[in-house]
Amino acid sequence: MIAMFRSNAALETPAPAAGAQAAPAVDVHDVTVAYHRKPVLWDVDVALPRGRLIAIVGPNGAGKSTLLKAILGLVPLASGRVEILGRPLSQARSMIGYVPQRETVDWDFPVSALDVVLMGRYGRLSWCRRPRRADREAARGCLAQVGMGDFAGRQINQLSGGQQQRVFLARALAQDAAIYFMDEPLAGVDAATERAIIDILRSLRSAGRTVVAVHHDLQTVSEYFDHLVLLNMRVVAAGPIGSVYTTENLQQTYGGRLTILDEAAEALRRAGR
Amino acid sequence: MDTFLRLILLQDANTRVVLLGAALLGMTSGVIGSFAVLRRRALLGDALAHAALPGICTAYFVVGDKSFTAFLIGALIFGTLGVLCVSFVRTHTRIKEDAAIGIVLSSFFGLGIVLSRIIQNQPAGNRAGLDTYIYGKAALMVNQDVALIALVAGVILIVVALLFKEFSLLCFDRDFAAAQGWPAMWLDILLMALLCVCTVIGLPAVGVVLMAALLIIPAAAARFWTERLSLMVALAGLIGLLSGLIGTAASAMAAHFAAGPPVVLAAAGFFMFSMLFAPRRGALADWWRRRKLRQRIAMQNVLRALYEIGEAAGAFERPASFDQILSSRAWTAPALTECLERAVRAGLIRGRDDRYVLTDAGRREAMRVVRAHRLWEIFLVEQAAIAPDHVDRDADQIEHVLPPELLARLEERLRQEGRLPAPVPQSPHPVGEVAP
Repeated sequence: MIAMFRSNAALETPAPAAGAQAAPAVDVHDVTVAYHRKPVLWDVDVALPRGRLIAIVGPNGAGKSTLLKAILGLVPLASGRVEILGRPLSQARSMIGYVPQRETVDWDFPVSALDVVLMGRYGRLSWCRRPRRADREAARGCLAQVGMGDFAGRQINQLSGGQQQRVFLARALAQDAAIYFMDEPLAGVDAATERAIIDILRSLRSAGRTVVAVHHDLQTVSEYFDHLVLLNMRVVAAGPIGSVYTTENLQQTYGGRLTILDEAAEALRRAGR
Repeated sequence: MDTFLRLILLQDANTRVVLLGAALLGMTSGVIGSFAVLRRRALLGDALAHAALPGICTAYFVVGDKSFTAFLIGALIFGTLGVLCVSFVRTHTRIKEDAAIGIVLSSFFGLGIVLSRIIQNQPAGNRAGLDTYIYGKAALMVNQDVALIALVAGVILIVVALLFKEFSLLCFDRDFAAAQGWPAMWLDILLMALLCVCTVIGLPAVGVVLMAALLIIPAAAARFWTERLSLMVALAGLIGLLSGLIGTAASAMAAHFAAGPPVVLAAAGFFMFSMLFAPRRGALADWWRRRKLRQRIAMQNVLRALYEIGEAAGAFERPASFDQILSSRAWTAPALTECLERAVRAGLIRGRDDRYVLTDAGRREAMRVVRAHRLWEIFLVEQAAIAPDHVDRDADQIEHVLPPELLARLEERLRQEGRLPAPVPQSPHPVGEVAP
């Protein structure tokens, strides 16, 4: 009973702003995002609960990565707003951890694995301040947590794909965040890395942290995650995995039910030229 | 010879000033160029430099006389304008960045050439010395000019030193920087501004045509020598500095010689040297590594061939003939001869009268090789569902580089299934036939 209370208390860390006790981890209000006038997200309205492992699932081009980027303020919103732990994004930066897609960076960049993880600590350093010994120690700890302790000095171009993904995860751990956003953390990794990453996600959950991950594998989604957002330009369904992971919902997400929306989007794009 | 001595001994006060200016300029270009290259903005520096030429001409029209400061301000305004044009074309049309850079660079440069011809056709035009801005003439720099260069270089180096963490984060992973709350767009703009200013102060010495080379080449050369960002930036600064010194000195020795080309050639020399001779990333090191790997693979193949001939005969002590070994694999006689000679020198094989047998050390090594090969073959057949008659060739390519941990894992699996009674497992396909 006491243990349960503790884990519930952990859900509240870090303490949210006054009057926002019940605020969800992420609250997305009517968000629309467009690239070159082509809408990628339409009127997405979804609240993500705290302390869960949340998967965002949908077909290619469904706007999964864009939803993460919209929440993180990395793409301009055509309309709508996002709240994190009941606060606007600008006041919630220090509570956010981010794992971008592995392919988005140049892995021939002249830095070591430890240097990359250290970047996770930059958010708590002010302008012009260099990382100190304590930051290095913390970064080493995070590398060890993902089983990469022996690779601290290794150049990142000497790492395998799975190892690179672990380094990215370690960098997010170094951010020591309340909510982690991960873009396909399990894409193209070996089985051992997949297990290691899932173990870490679970321990984050037991520490009361929230994880929002774009996931591509329908086979494993109900095993690994406990909350699901089915996305295809709009939210098809969202909720606890047991109630959302149904054939009908999946068909709606992946099937041909969205042709009218597609056609409308295409017409809008042509009109905008 | 006299000129050379005066130059080397720095007897001429003006030469000292000019060399100081060129050195500072080269160093600053190398440092800021490193970030530009890593941020994939190197060609934008080229557009910027070319776009500065009409700015210099316009400054002459406005001021009506030759003025270093006015020229630099004009260059800065037009250079910035050029960068903004690239950014506008890229974001507001479907034209990609490389095409946008090409368009802006050549249009602005064309305009600059037209304007400079108009000025030179004026009565006093020849005195404007606009031509020196096209290819650079460091020797014409005076104290004031170099003082300005020193000031700007100092500011740039200090800003880079202070914002090293922010710039490196921006260059490696802009989205992550933005997600952490850093003003990524403003950092990008600041980096571009520093690049802009550095380019502009370099114009009188190196010229608009070749300035970009001084931003790109030292950084690219430095990358060959190190895997650490801070070291790369420092090294790029050093290479830039030396290129500036050497090139300017060379141009100072000939009266009507532009400074830009020798400076860039000096930098190119450093680049060539780095590309060829850098210890890990260099072309020679790479060639040597490949050669070593090829030799190792050939040697292991010879050992495996001898082992399998011995295995089939049931006697490892019986020597195999050259032809027998040759027919066991698809290899050429000269290659096999060379490899056998190396194996004999390494004490792995004994050979007499074209007949060869494994030594004790050779047999131990051969067992290790065959074991790795077969473990990998079994894995491919059973786990990766590759047909047994194709497996030999696939295993051949990778078994030579398999890490020991992986082999241990494969072996553990076989042992658990009780299929590893002998130190060397059975081949999953008939031995002795050449793989198709």
